[in-house]
Formats: sequence, C-alpha cells, structure tokens
Amino acid sequence: MNTEWINVGAVVNFAKDLGCCVKVNGRQIAVFNLSENNQWYAVQNLCPHDKRMVLSRGIIGDKEGEPKVTCPLHKNSFSLKNGKHVSEGDVDDITTYPIKVKDGDVFLQVVV
Amino acid sequence: MNQKNIIVIGNGMVGYKFCERLSNKDTKQQFKIITFCEERRPAYDRVRLSAYFEGKTAEDLSMASIDWYKERNIDLYLEDKIISIDRVNKTVTSIKGKTLSFDKIVMATGSSPFVPPVPGIDKAGVFVYRTIEDLEEIIAYAKKCKTCVVIGGGLLGLEAAKAAQELGLKTEVVEFAPRLMPRQVDDAGGEMLKRLIETQGMTVNLNKNTKNIVGDASVTAMEFNDDSVINTDMIIISAGIRPRDDLARASGITVGTRGGVLVNSSLKTSDDNIYAIGECVVYGDMIYGLVAPGFIMADAVVEQLTGNSAATFTGADMSTKLKLMGTDVASFGDIEPQDKSCQDLVLNNPYTGVYKKLLISADGNTLLGGVLVGDASEYGSLLQIYQNKMQLPADPMSLILPRNDDAESGIGIGDLPDTAHICSCENVTKGDVLDAIKNQDCDSVSAVKSYTKAGTGCGGCVPMLTDLYQYKMAEDGIEVSNALCEHFDLSREEMYQVVRATGINTFADLIAQHGKGTGCEICKPTAGSIFASVFNEPILNHASLQDSNDAFLANIQQDGTYSVIPGIPGGEITPDMLMVIAQVGKDFDLYTKITGGQRIDLLGARLDQLPAIWKILINAGFKSGHAYGKSLRTVKSCVGSTWCRYGVQDSTSLAIELEIRYRGLRSPHKIKGAVSGCTRECAEAQCKDFGVIATEKGWNLYVCGNGGIKPRHADLLASDIDKDTVIKYIDRFLMYYIKTADRLQRTANWMMKLPGGLDHLKAVVIDDSLAINSELEAQMQHVVDTYECEWTNTLNDPEKLKRFKHFINSDDQDETVQFTREREQIRPLQHSGKALK
Ligand code: SRM
Ligand SMILES: Cc1cc2nc3c(=O)[nH]c(=O)nc-3n(C[C@H](O)[C@H](O)[C@H](O)COP(=O)(O)OP(=O)(O)OC[C@H]3O[C@@H](n4cnc5c(N)ncnc54)[C@H](O)[C@@H]3O)c2cc1C
Ligand code: SF4
Ligand code: FES
Repeated sequence: MNTEWINVGAVVNFAKDLGCCVKVNGRQIAVFNLSENNQWYAVQNLCPHDKRMVLSRGIIGDKEGEPKVTCPLHKNSFSLKNGKHVSEGDVDDITTYPIKVKDGDVFLQVVV
Repeated sequence: MNQKNIIVIGNGMVGYKFCERLSNKDTKQQFKIITFCEERRPAYDRVRLSAYFEGKTAEDLSMASIDWYKERNIDLYLEDKIISIDRVNKTVTSIKGKTLSFDKIVMATGSSPFVPPVPGIDKAGVFVYRTIEDLEEIIAYAKKCKTCVVIGGGLLGLEAAKAAQELGLKTEVVEFAPRLMPRQVDDAGGEMLKRLIETQGMTVNLNKNTKNIVGDASVTAMEFNDDSVINTDMIIISAGIRPRDDLARASGITVGTRGGVLVNSSLKTSDDNIYAIGECVVYGDMIYGLVAPGFIMADAVVEQLTGNSAATFTGADMSTKLKLMGTDVASFGDIEPQDKSCQDLVLNNPYTGVYKKLLISADGNTLLGGVLVGDASEYGSLLQIYQNKMQLPADPMSLILPRNDDAESGIGIGDLPDTAHICSCENVTKGDVLDAIKNQDCDSVSAVKSYTKAGTGCGGCVPMLTDLYQYKMAEDGIEVSNALCEHFDLSREEMYQVVRATGINTFADLIAQHGKGTGCEICKPTAGSIFASVFNEPILNHASLQDSNDAFLANIQQDGTYSVIPGIPGGEITPDMLMVIAQVGKDFDLYTKITGGQRIDLLGARLDQLPAIWKILINAGFKSGHAYGKSLRTVKSCVGSTWCRYGVQDSTSLAIELEIRYRGLRSPHKIKGAVSGCTRECAEAQCKDFGVIATEKGWNLYVCGNGGIKPRHADLLASDIDKDTVIKYIDRFLMYYIKTADRLQRTANWMMKLPGGLDHLKAVVIDDSLAINSELEAQMQHVVDTYECEWTNTLNDPEKLKRFKHFINSDDQDETVQFTREREQIRPLQHSGKALK
C-alpha cells in the first residue's frame, strides 16, 4: 500500500475548535483544529450510524481528557485520537488519518 | 517457583471465563494457566455471533486480546488442539506436537453443530452456524444466492434465518417438530411466534423431515419425507448441538449414554484431576447449551481450586430470551404443566400478536414457569419472581396485563431478596451490587458495571441494574449530582448565576475559572445558550459552542441537508411575501410544507445554499424564524375580533406584538406562545408555554402548558388583565424561567418541579415576593433592545459565511446528498441510494 501526504490548504482556512470537511482524492475527511495545545485531527466525514457525511459539522469536546467529536444527527461521539465510538450504544468506530502542519499548510496522509 | 500447571483445553467463552476468574482470584500465584485454542483466534463472544452480519468485526467480538493473556502470564496456544491425554504420566499432547505436563486439566471443549445424516448433506452450499469462519463462508457464498433454507426452528435456527434474510436472501425455516422453538415455548406460543416470523417475510414449514439434498456439486433443492420439495440456493443447518467429548472418550474418561463429558457436582470427570465445564458437559442428564450455566461451572471450579472445596454445581436455570430484533420471545421454568394440580394463566391476543402464559402452583403462591411471545418486557421481573420463589400478588394476571407507564409495576426492585440474580451472564446478585455501592465506593451505574461486571455480557440486565442503583441512592437519601457534565460541577442554574454575577462572556474563561478539561456537547451548548440569554450577542459569535442546528442557523435533517423557516409573526403574511417564499422554493427546488406552527418550511437545502436562500428572504423583509434555536418559536394566533363574529379582542395584533417582542430570546428550551380572540380558543393557547385568551374585560394569561411529548394543560396565572400587564407578567415569567430552569427543561416540566408550584410563581411574578421583578424586567428589556436577526448578522460577516461550504478546499457539492421525487416534490434518498422508509 502506497501512502502519500496531501496538502489540503493553509492553516488559516481552518477555524479553531470547529470542524471542516476537505476532499482528498474523492474522499470526504473531517479536519479539526483544537486550540488547546494546537492539536490537529482528521477522521472520516461519514457518521457510521446513519451513514451521512456530517461529522465535520459536529461539536467537539473531550471525554475524560480524550478529544472527541459528537455527530450533529444523533449525538454519537467518537474519539478524535483513535476513532473509537465512545458514547452509549452500539455504533461502529471511525477511521482516523495522520495529519501534520508544515510551513503554514495542512497535510493529510492517505492511501493512494 | 512451585506453580501448579492448569491446562485449559478449549478457549471458547467458558474456557476464557475460567482463565479470567482464576487469574483474578489466584492472588498467591499458585497456578500457571496454559490454554489451548483450536480456533484461529482467542475466545470471542459466540452469543453475539450474528452481530458479525451487521458489520461487527472479529475484534469487536473478542473477549480479550492476545496481550491480555500475556499480561496475566497465561500461555495461549492458538490454532493448536489437544489430541491426547496421558493420564498416567499426566501429560497432554497437541496436534502440533507439543507435550506438556499438568497438575489439573479443565476441559472446556464446547460443542459442535449436529449435522443430520441426510444424503447429499456434504454438497457445496450447506453450512453450519457456530464460528466466525462459518459466517465468513456463509457471507461469501450468499453473494451468488437468492434463496436460503434454515434447517431447525429453534433459538439458533431463527437467529440464523434472520441473518440470512438480512443478507438479502429469501429465507425459509424447516422444522421437524410441529412448532417453532419446541424446547422453549408451548403450542399456542409457537403458533403466535410462527405468525410473527411470517409477518417479517419468512416462510415457516413445520413437521418437515428432510429426506434428500438435491444438486450436482452444489445444492439446488431439498426433498422431504412427505414428498414435498423446496428449491434453494443454500442451506444453513441449525439442528441442535453435540457436546465435544471425542478427546474424553479417547482418553478413557466416562461419557454420558447420549454423549457429553460426565461430571459430578464438583464438576470432576471420572478422573479426579480432570474437570469439565461448559457445553461439553453432561450433568444430571442435562446438556446446558447456554453460556450462563457454563460461567457458573467455571466459577465453581475456580472456587474449589482456590480453597473453597465445598463449591459445587447443582444445575442451572435454562431461562432464555431470544435476541432477534423485532421478535420478543422468552421462557423460564416449566413451559407445560407438570401435573394436573397446577394452574395456567393465559393471555392470547391475536390482534396485537402477544401471547403470554404463566404456570402457577396449585395454592396460587408460586410461579413455576412461563412463556412470553410478542412482548417479553416483563421477562426480567417474572424471572426474579420465579427464581426467588417470591410470593405472587393476589391477582397474578396483573403481572402480564398490558399496563400504562404510570402504573406501579407488579414488583419493586426493593422487594427482591439479596440472593436475586441481577445479571445471570456474570452471576451477579442484588447483594453483590449493593455491596459494590456500599463498600467499594461505586458511585455510578458504570462504576458498578466495571466493578461487578454485571451488564457486560448480553446487556439485558442493564435497565434492572440502573433501577437498583437509583433505588439504593434514593433509599440512602443521596442526591444524584446535578452537575452538568464531567467538565463542570455546576448545575445549569448555577452556571447562569456565575455568568450573570461575573460577566464572564467566553467559554475559555468560564471553563478555566469554573470547570476543567475542554468541554463537550452538553456544557458547550449550555454555556452558549446562557451567554445568549444574558448578553444577547449573535450566537455565531460563539460558533464552536453551538449544537447541530444552531451551528448553521438551520435545522439539520436526517440526510444532512437543512430546513429554512422564515419568521411569520402571528401567522400573518401578505400575498407578496408568500410569493417570495414560493419563488425560493421553486428556484432552489426545496420541499415546501406548512408547519404545525403557522409558518412555512422549505426543506432539503444544502449547507452551501443556505446563505443564498436567506439573502433573498431577508431582502424581501423576512427575518430568521429561529426554528433551529432553543428560543422563542412562534406566537400562534387566530383571526380574533377583526374578522371573527365571536372575537372579543384583537388577538392577531397581540400575537404579532408578542412574537416580535420575544423573538430571538434564548432560553433553556424552546418557548411557544399563542393568543386566542375568545374562549373558543382556536389558537390553542392553553397548551403553550405562555398563552393569552381574550375576555370581555381584557386578557387571561396562562403559563406552562405543553403539547408534544407529554401534553400539559396550562395554569391560569392572572385573569382580566390589560395588555401592558400581560407583557409585564410574561417578561417576568420568562426571565425567571430562564434564570432557574435546567437545560432542556420546557416550562411545563419546570413548573412540575418548581418548589411551591403555581402559588410560588404567582407570588414571584405578581407580588414580587423575591423582590427581583425590576431586575427581571430590565434583563428582558435588554434582550428586546438588542435584538438582531441572526441571519442578517451572518450575511454581513464574511468570516461567519466561510463555514457555509461543504468542502473548504473545493467548491464541489456533497454528492452523497441525493433526492427522488414524490407528489411532485423532492424526497431524500439514503446514502446507498435507496429510498428512506
Ligand atoms: C417542522 C415541524 C413539523 C411540521 O412539519 O409541522 C416540527 C419539526 C420538528 N420538531 Fe416539533 N415541529 C413543529 C411543530 C411542533 C408542534 C406544534 C406547535 O408548535 O403548535 C409541537 C407541539 C407543541 C409543543 O411544543 O408543545 C411540536 C413538538 C415538538 C417536540 C416536543 C416538545 C415537548 O416539549 O414535548 C420536539 C422535541 C423537542 O423539542 O425536544 C420537537 C422537535 C422537532 C424537531 C426539531 C425534531 C428534530 O430535532 O429534528 C423537528 C425539526 C424541524 C425542522 O427540521 O425543521 N417538536 N412541534 C413544526 C414546526 C413549527 C414551526 O413553524 O416552527
Ligand atoms: C449463533 C449462536 C448464538 C447463541 N446465542 C446464545 C444466547 O443467546 N444465549 C446463550 O446463553 N447461549 C447462546 N449460544 C450458545 C453459547 O455460545 C455457548 O453456550 C457457549 O459458547 C459455550 O461455551 P463453551 O466455552 O462451552 O464452548 P465454545 O464456545 O464452543 O468453546 C469451545 C472451544 O474449544 C475448542 N476446542 C474443542 N476441542 C478442543 C481441543 N481438543 N483442543 C483445543 N481446543 C478445543 C473449540 O474449537 C472451541 O473454540 C449461542 C451460540 C451460537 C453459535
Ligand atoms: S412529530 Fe416527530 S417526526 Fe414529525 S416533525 Fe415532529 S419531531 Fe419530526
Ligand atoms: S448519523 Fe451520526 S449519530 Fe446518527
């Protein structure tokens, strides 16, 4: 499997403490930029619960210190670190993507 | 170190449980545990095997990771099977050639599916249903099939049939006996179950004995003894289990006459150093094909090894509940009367598809068993009564009669004895749970769960566990904390007071000074709402605090699109304004509907279309309708004295005035109002948060009514008051509610919990008993004076508009949003392209 780092735009495009959706090789990826410690996370935009492209529009927060995003549709929460479903009920985990910031631009690592 | 070798043969559910319990209990590390696992992966949750079809992975089903065994210093041999036991020299040998010596052996070899010896059964396309590999093969083969027959209409057969159906196959069940689940339900129950299963689109064939399986290399049809034929592309066999006693037989250990490793009540086989537990065991002529008895056996052996030689197994309950979605079936104890003297109570309702039967002792005191089909909601409490031989109520029928939510249930959790099993999977009693709360500092349901393990198996007991926890808290007079969430110890009311008192107006300051962590979906929107109630800034100034709808000033729909509801105060609208809405609906191809709140909803707008839509509406003079906010929604009106021949006051004008006064007001939950022009009450004011009804002398003011989930008739706060007094009282009432209510508490609910109730509210609002009215009025006046349409504010702010795009690195639209058409308008499609139910 080949992976590649792809530039998804300048840091200034990404609002702090909110999600944004980027399109990478046809794939929808949700990117979050947390002001605390300036952490960046990237996960699939599809919520596995009702299979809608909405996670970038979820509210972010933490569960016992673990950063999470909460789906705007039915409030299922997922860890931003490892994609695990962390709220009540039986919902699948989500995929996370490596992300880094270099020279003022944001890069995601995806399989090509 | 002088450790004893315990060899656990078989690493299935019960073998694993034994390893877990022994390694927990063996604090002196007397034992070295070695376990052989024939399968490719360590023990997984076979009970939830069917979840594999719903996309659960092998990892999800796993009971413990390979690292878990390492951490506990347990040697795990995967894909290796014990093929012989040398009882004289005390060694075992595996198929991969490993020979190890043992002090004790625990056989937990489980069972294998029984495959009836029918000609043709070895053809391709015939499967059993026991392991993850079986399921993988079924899924792969089903891709080229359209139909499937399941042989066996028992617990597992029905589960397999449901799974086959979910794979898209047209499925039939074939049962040898004259009814479904012959071991768990009686004739009438079986009949009801058959109907329930058939309404789900499966065919059920009873009294059918398979004679031959037809096909060249792979199956194409089945022939039966009655000469009938069913054509099918594949077959799943679920015709019972056979204990795996092959190794015991080969090693000269006694087996039962009908198979199974024979054990005594100490779970010892005919060899004193060899125990057997789980599904491979026969005890007292019984094979226990359920997981809970296996766990009890594992426990008993662990007890004996760690010093309690008196621990025994004397049989276990075979009560079961089918875990098929949409089909409730459960049974416990006897399902048929054992002798003539006992009585049965039957409830059989073909209209609702519910069948319930209780068997009761001749004296009417004890419950001997029961069958529940179609509605098994009482299973938990009936099982408790049965297992604990509890005294029945005078009319036992009350235990199974349908009851409404408010009625007291037949038996309270407090009545149960301490020995009552709360969780049968993990063998946890009521006493264990109480001990965990009292002596182990478990201060939440999840703490009790992780300490006792109750509720971590099938999960069916969690509601009862929660009840028990709350019961114990109430009994001890402990108030369950009203802290908002893990980030704030404050309640909503306290947070509101902090914000008012300190003037803190950012979440960063609030959490730094009064909370911890970074916040979550509970405290962030609560703080956002409080900032808005107090300071009345446009909410997108705090975009990161806003929940689903508020985040984009529109209501998110199930397909991820949004709805647009312009404000139409009092429901009054000119034809020109109507035409603007009509034009927007047409130009953007939006689904258009009159709402239940006297306005118009435009649905199906993509995120990126919202600003353009609102620009047109706002240029035409509309304002946001706040349909997305916990804020004032509508003030409904009737035509009143202007037109109506009965009207006594101008209700429309007052409704418009009130809606304009309070629009944009943020509150703990949404607020709705109404004004009716006379006592006929066409605006339904008595089911609104505030409602005004015209009288000959003025207006009557009602508060705290509710439609919706639990309707509540509003209370009369004041009668025959003039318009200015109406407004003054509503100002005070709403601000007092905003100050003191909990998050997401409508006024009706708030009133029901308000100490002192209506009298207290009258004293505050009318008599100023708390001397806060001038403050409340000033706070409301601030909100009224600083009103700004949220959409107008957003359209004028390029920073805020940036977020109204699906992708930030592309102008593409979200191509997963798709519509079909119905009654000439759009209707969302599922992600997969299928029409939504
Ligand atoms: C659009 C509408 C249905 C319609 O097509 O007519 C509607 C739609 C929704 N209602 Fe409603 N309600 C609508 C009138 C009502 C009414 C009738 C009324 O207002 O006279 C009621 C009963 C009156 C009442 O509130 O007491 C009503 C009681 C509810 C409730 C139950 C509230 C309660 O306290 O019991 C909810 C759930 C909630 O708020 O927690 C709810 C929630 C919702 C939500 C927000 C569900 C959701 O979370 O997605 C729906 C979203 C609307 C959207 O996306 O646009 N809706 N809803 C109506 C919009 C009215 C408007 O113009 O703003
Ligand atoms: C689809 C399905 C649904 C079920 N639903 C329920 C339910 O709802 N409720 C319920 O109570 N029960 C249910 N059961 C039954 C439950 O799964 C069993 O009771 C339970 O798994 C028994 O555990 P066990 O450890 O005795 O046997 P198993 O889980 O079968 O484990 C035995 C293991 O030993 C291995 N083994 C055998 N011989 C050797 C050897 N010589 N050397 C090494 N390894 C060996 C086998 O490969 C197997 O992995 C269900 C079963 C299935 C298949
Ligand atoms: S009644 Fe239920 S489904 Fe209908 S609009 Fe209201 S919330 Fe939605
Ligand atoms: S679609 Fe995300 S929680 Fe339901």
